[in-house]
Amino acid sequence: MSRQNLRRALSVVSVLGAVSVLLASCAGAGGSSGGDGSAGDGDSGAVNVLMVGNPQMEDLAQLTEDNFTADTGIDVNFTILPTSELRDRVTQDVATQGGQYDVVTVGGYEVPIWAENGWLAELGDAASGDQSYDYGDLLDPMVTSLGGPDGGVYALPFYGESSFLMYRTDVFEDEGLTMPERPTWPEIADLAAEVDEARSDMAGICLRGLPGWGELFAPLTTVVNTFGGTWFTEDWDAEVDAPEFREAVEFYVELVREHGQAGAAQSGFTECLNTFGQGNAAMWYDATSASGPLEDPAASKVAGDVGYVHAPVVQTDASGWLWVWALAVPETTQQPEAAQEFAHWATSKEYEELVGEELGWSRVPAGKRQSTYDIPEYAEAAEAFGQITLQAIEEADPVDPGVQPRPTVGVQYVTIPEFADLGTKVSQEISAAIAGQGSVEDALENGQELAETIAENYR
Amino acid sequence: MVTMAESAAEVDARSRMTKGGRRQRWLRRAPLLPALVLVIVVTQLPFLTTLVISSFQWNVLSPGQRSFSGLTNYVTVFTDERLRSAAVNTVTLTASVVILSLLLGLLLAVLLDRKFVGRGLARTLLIAPFLVMPMAAALLWKHAIYNPEYGLINGTLNAVWQLFGADRGPVISWVDSFPMPALVASLVWQWTPFMMLILLAGLQSQSNDVLEAARVDGASGVATFRFLTLPHLRRYLELAALLGAIYVVQAFDHVFTITQGGPGAATTNLPYEIYLTMFREYEYGEAAAAGVVAVVGTIIVSIFALRVVSSLFHEEVTR
Amino acid sequence: MTGTVSAEFVDRRPAPHKTGVPPRPRHRGVTSDVHRGGIRWALVAWTMTLLFFAPVAWMALTSFHREVDAATNPPSLFAELTFEQYGQLFDRGVTPFLINSAMASCVSTLLVVMLAVPAAYALSIKPVKRWTDVMFFLLSTKMLPLIAALLPVYLVVQRLNMLDNVWTLVVFYTAMNMPIAIWMLRSFLAEVPREVLEAAQVDGANLLHVLWHVVRPIAMPGIAATALICIIFSWNEFLFALNLTATRASTAPVFLVGFITNEGLFLARLCAAATLLSLPVLIIGFAAQNQLVRGLSLGAIK
Repeated sequence: MSRQNLRRALSVVSVLGAVSVLLASCAGAGGSSGGDGSAGDGDSGAVNVLMVGNPQMEDLAQLTEDNFTADTGIDVNFTILPTSELRDRVTQDVATQGGQYDVVTVGGYEVPIWAENGWLAELGDAASGDQSYDYGDLLDPMVTSLGGPDGGVYALPFYGESSFLMYRTDVFEDEGLTMPERPTWPEIADLAAEVDEARSDMAGICLRGLPGWGELFAPLTTVVNTFGGTWFTEDWDAEVDAPEFREAVEFYVELVREHGQAGAAQSGFTECLNTFGQGNAAMWYDATSASGPLEDPAASKVAGDVGYVHAPVVQTDASGWLWVWALAVPETTQQPEAAQEFAHWATSKEYEELVGEELGWSRVPAGKRQSTYDIPEYAEAAEAFGQITLQAIEEADPVDPGVQPRPTVGVQYVTIPEFADLGTKVSQEISAAIAGQGSVEDALENGQELAETIAENYR
Repeated sequence: MVTMAESAAEVDARSRMTKGGRRQRWLRRAPLLPALVLVIVVTQLPFLTTLVISSFQWNVLSPGQRSFSGLTNYVTVFTDERLRSAAVNTVTLTASVVILSLLLGLLLAVLLDRKFVGRGLARTLLIAPFLVMPMAAALLWKHAIYNPEYGLINGTLNAVWQLFGADRGPVISWVDSFPMPALVASLVWQWTPFMMLILLAGLQSQSNDVLEAARVDGASGVATFRFLTLPHLRRYLELAALLGAIYVVQAFDHVFTITQGGPGAATTNLPYEIYLTMFREYEYGEAAAAGVVAVVGTIIVSIFALRVVSSLFHEEVTR
Repeated sequence: MTGTVSAEFVDRRPAPHKTGVPPRPRHRGVTSDVHRGGIRWALVAWTMTLLFFAPVAWMALTSFHREVDAATNPPSLFAELTFEQYGQLFDRGVTPFLINSAMASCVSTLLVVMLAVPAAYALSIKPVKRWTDVMFFLLSTKMLPLIAALLPVYLVVQRLNMLDNVWTLVVFYTAMNMPIAIWMLRSFLAEVPREVLEAAQVDGANLLHVLWHVVRPIAMPGIAATALICIIFSWNEFLFALNLTATRASTAPVFLVGFITNEGLFLARLCAAATLLSLPVLIIGFAAQNQLVRGLSLGAIK
């Protein structure tokens, strides 16, 4: 009996022992799983880069190994995620000092906020000291929107964009319509109605309706700006239910409901690109970076048939937004030099030329350097949209985008941490209104309440 | 874990000298302990941490301002209308998905329990939706099926309309017009095969003799199903409903991908609302409090469901 | 019962209706009714099957189309086929993600089975006191909204310096699947005839011996079903994989969301990635469906 029990106990111990040894050895073995490519091979000297899944970044991932790594011997591992997942991951990693990434792509909205929190390394000094980098070549609005509270520059621009209005030249010609060089929103509404009337196979205009401060509220805030509205006044008074704000939102919602694409409340940039690229809309107001994929015959049915004019206005002279995807180095990185070297290379003139020669000039990550627009090959590839893009970026004024002075720097967003939540919540309700549920009035009333609570923190 | 085992052995050794009962008890417990310890460490420690975090005012975007705030977060949570509507949405979503997929699963199981041409192939094809990665399924439904411009549903409608000479089929924006049903449909599609498998197993475990006897006695097919098959299936139905509910309550991938909780907050369920609090507001304390409330709520509901309604948990005769 | 079920499915295709009487009439209708009813039956069953399978078929078909053909309306069924999308998948280096997923799901499933079988033994064959409470506790851990555990888990893993490590996922998935596995296995083990166990104990066999030589053969279908369910859930898990990994340990679902480009057409791309990444689980599931049915049927009995 006792012997039997002893044996039983021993067997339990041995099972447990085996399991825990296995677990322990597993834990010690580390996470390397071999293989190459974007999941990398896990050696500690490598630079870990987290990027948003835009085509420009995919090109960067593709070109790095044969060029940057071949030249410098620095291995680079990439993680690519969609915008919203990327923001969640970066915020969590940087905010909790996780230190998993050495370089991250961040947008113009986050840089000043994170810089103020001390999460990002200053990059401007080293970049302006680097002769070959030609820091002065970077476009001013880009550098302005990447500045921290102390005047330092906390990220290097990878590509920049503004917004403009795209329209189908062939459709306009068929229907005998003309597009002004600098249209106003009422003119656009009339044109949308006319196309809608004449063509049963396409929507008059395509506009974003997908909830999210960076989705619906990117174009919508520029409309609010030019209608004379703002989220906050310079003295932090919330203005979400002010008549100008309401007029702009009602105009936008009505336009997209009357003459917009089907499923507008679910349309973000990607969906709109598909809608317009498949020939299902006659106009589209969105990012200048849409022109690249639209002019690519392999992905677009409307290549060569697209005209580009300035962002529609009402009270302001220009109304394009300003967005930049930039490379930042978190303070928690273990290898700041290598990370910085990579950031310099990826945002350099040399890299733009490399993309042009290897992948084609229309794929150059443009919109950040004056010199890009002087390259003859690029000018040829971007004949239809290059100059207007540059002009739109130069005209966008992140300091004074509307009719009244603003409390923060930024065109289509307010550079405070709470804006992500505010913009998302209000956009959810406006998106519902676009889907035919709920009213703009209620949405803005609720938005005003939220905005007032936030404003109190800043007065 | 080694310490755990050692202590079990120690107790074993000591108890050999004292009472046999205690040793016996530990012997019985010993095989359970490793698994239990792992589950406790991995699930309960985070839960305790969540409790601690929930008592802090902690917004990640304002570092250095973390402070103890007692029950403030709970007050916020209980007075938050969004959270209440998220709770209601969770119940609606879970109940509709579980009930619909149970019914469809039952129908399919009954169909598959009969012989017909290609039954094996049909069963294989029917299992597929359960095996497709949920994130892939959610993306597939959103873009390839519901999309109003080029989705499969509107595309098929368009093709049928054109077949009958119409110029263009109706353009229906499924996710905008019917957000909750669209979400439910995609989840039902994923979970029906799971329900079907369990119920099919139940049908096939039914004894042929009883059914044969009923047929000889002249009972109709419907009566046989109602009075013999359904009672026999009860445990299987309950198991399927329980397992389904456990996973559907957590549904996140579909909400996150297909509707983003919208329009407005019409399809925001608790997991998605907690996610928003955490990753849009960065209010970690508030998110933790919401999580704690959700856990307590779910456990109360499940105690009720399991102890009162279900027969799955009735204690058997202990051996 | 086990016997009938497996016989059923070994002979999956019905015999040709040469005599009008099916070879082994089961419970319902006999003779010529079977024919007419059978056809109607088959029609209903196949209609539903095709409806359910359509999205998967569409996904697979679209994955072989070019992007411009994927987003047409009405859908183009007979567009030119191409492997372009799959080529892109491998260009982007999908392989390490697949290896990570395989590691995380297989190793965790192995651990689950190794730990859950003894636990289920202690809950059924020689049950501890208040075993229903243990079972209830285990189930209740499955009801925590995973998302609420995300932050604490992340913080703990970060302190342990285990972020971006496949083994973190292994441990996490093991614990995640453990309750359901114990729960299922307990029912299977309750099926083991007591006489057999008592005979083994009289022979003086130890626990391991009993588990391996007596319990295992009887409970094997149940263990297979449990393992399959564990593999499916851990292969498909997205939220924790996304949050706990970075560049080295990312799994297939994380690759999937990153592979869909933000700009440009992506339907064919999405379908190719979804098809390829779901394929391993689809194959395992198809191959093991008989075990799944048998296993689940045992699971509900006790």
